[in-house]
Amino acid sequence: MARLNLWRWGVLGLAGLYFLVPLAASVVFTVDVPGQGITFDAYTRIFATDGFVSSLLLSLELALATIAVVLLLMVPAMVALRLGAPRLRPVVEVVCSLPLVVPPIAFVAGIGTVLKWGPDHLSRTPLFETFVAIQNPDFPFVLVLAYVVMALPFVYRALDAGLRAVDVRTLVEAARSCGAGWPQALMQAVLPNLRGALLNASFLTLALVLGEFTVAQLLGFRPFAVWIVNVSGSQAQLSVAVSVLSLLVTWVLLLVLAGFGGRTRPTSRG
Amino acid sequence: MTATAVRVDTAPAAQVRRRRRSLGWVAVVPLLAFVAVAFGLPALAMLDGAFTAKDPATGATSYTLGNLTTSLKGAYLTALLGSVKLSAVSAALGTLVGLPLAQAVVSSRFRALREAVLTASGVLANFGGVPLAFAFVATLGNAGVLTRHLGLTDQGWDLYSFWGLVIVYLYFLIPLMVLTVTPALDGLRVQWREAAQNNGATTVQYWRFVALPVLLPTLLGGFVLLFGSAFAAYATAAAMVGSSIPLVTLQIADAISGNVLVGQENVALALSLDMVLVAGLVMAVYLPLQRRSARWLA
Repeated sequence: MARLNLWRWGVLGLAGLYFLVPLAASVVFTVDVPGQGITFDAYTRIFATDGFVSSLLLSLELALATIAVVLLLMVPAMVALRLGAPRLRPVVEVVCSLPLVVPPIAFVAGIGTVLKWGPDHLSRTPLFETFVAIQNPDFPFVLVLAYVVMALPFVYRALDAGLRAVDVRTLVEAARSCGAGWPQALMQAVLPNLRGALLNASFLTLALVLGEFTVAQLLGFRPFAVWIVNVSGSQAQLSVAVSVLSLLVTWVLLLVLAGFGGRTRPTSRG
Repeated sequence: MTATAVRVDTAPAAQVRRRRRSLGWVAVVPLLAFVAVAFGLPALAMLDGAFTAKDPATGATSYTLGNLTTSLKGAYLTALLGSVKLSAVSAALGTLVGLPLAQAVVSSRFRALREAVLTASGVLANFGGVPLAFAFVATLGNAGVLTRHLGLTDQGWDLYSFWGLVIVYLYFLIPLMVLTVTPALDGLRVQWREAAQNNGATTVQYWRFVALPVLLPTLLGGFVLLFGSAFAAYATAAAMVGSSIPLVTLQIADAISGNVLVGQENVALALSLDMVLVAGLVMAVYLPLQRRSARWLA
């Protein structure tokens, strides 16, 4: 038994070392600058650095828009699949898994090609205006379109797990026989029971959009992740400091989510 | 009399069912329409572009297999093979390390440890991309903390190499493996172990003849998932090594943005198609394996 415990703690210790050292070293890297000694300059400079606020705001706006669109599309569809139309279920499942087969870099290659149709073929049609509008650098809606597609597999899994724990049909029928209309039954009976799943889906989408680099960089926009890379060339300490902070923020968000999810867990386990 | 009663009974039910079915369509159609535009159009454009050649002189386009053959030759083939090699090595290592780690966590008596490791795995598995690259540059890069304090450069260490990338990729692949394999380890019944012990099996024999065969589909499925994840990764490599290591994702990015040669967009699309085929193969292997492991561990 003692041998077994030794083995276990050895494995856990090595894993802890591997996963904690880069984080600790990153903090040391930002604080202990060669030739300057201990300084918190990298952290105090963050807000003053050109582009930080605007790129972070852009990423947050994109994340909110993506979450809104993906939930508006997915929640009614997933609930409807539980209520009726079971034959559509495999269709939706396959459609939501398709983005897994197309890596982001291949996806953005396709998007770039489509966007080039604008100037090449459509310059005399009203569609051209749409193409220009969705590429507005202040709020590139084309990124929202791409992120919604990339979030579909995660959102599908999160909502599916949530719906599995709830008897949607009984809930809706109960609400309906108490005199609720369809919208009321959905908003006040079904959605509150999906709180954990909705939060989970929103968080995963938020994390995806905040960290997304591939699509934004190759389409030439400049949200948060692209800004970090751009700034790293001239200010290494700063970019590492921002990376550390973004991990901490992600961690806190996840813990908050785990706190919310913890309350509903007993039902979802059953 | 009975006939009308029956009709009165069934008519509303059928109506409700029909209304439900149409409701299902109304709710699902926006989703399908959205995917058709936002995903279908780029996918078709990629497919079309991969087979199209544009004559630079006349501007005329024609269908050809030339892009695909170009994408499987020379530097592009090296990049494709480099990606496959990197993904296979890091996925294999991730599987080998992830299984004992998950077992150590699952067999632990401390619930808090288990929750902490699983939550951390959830964060780290999604911690790919730019922050990961910079964390490792700060740790093991040329001016990194460990590199400076341990004098690793003198011992031939270079983060911007094949094995450097493997170490970085493992940072999100091992947690992914832990997340994948933990439910399967939970599904191993205590009775199986007891039955093996009653029959005189040693721990090694139990693992060799009972546990591993049951876990095999999950492990293979996990390996394939890790492979796909490493294969598709771009941001980490781009932020870290630029283009010094031949990887297919980096090649596509260079070709799209015209960094190396102008007019390689269609080859980029052909390379993307190659990637989709590999990723599709990965899924085709993963899904049946996942179903098979679900059967044992239900």
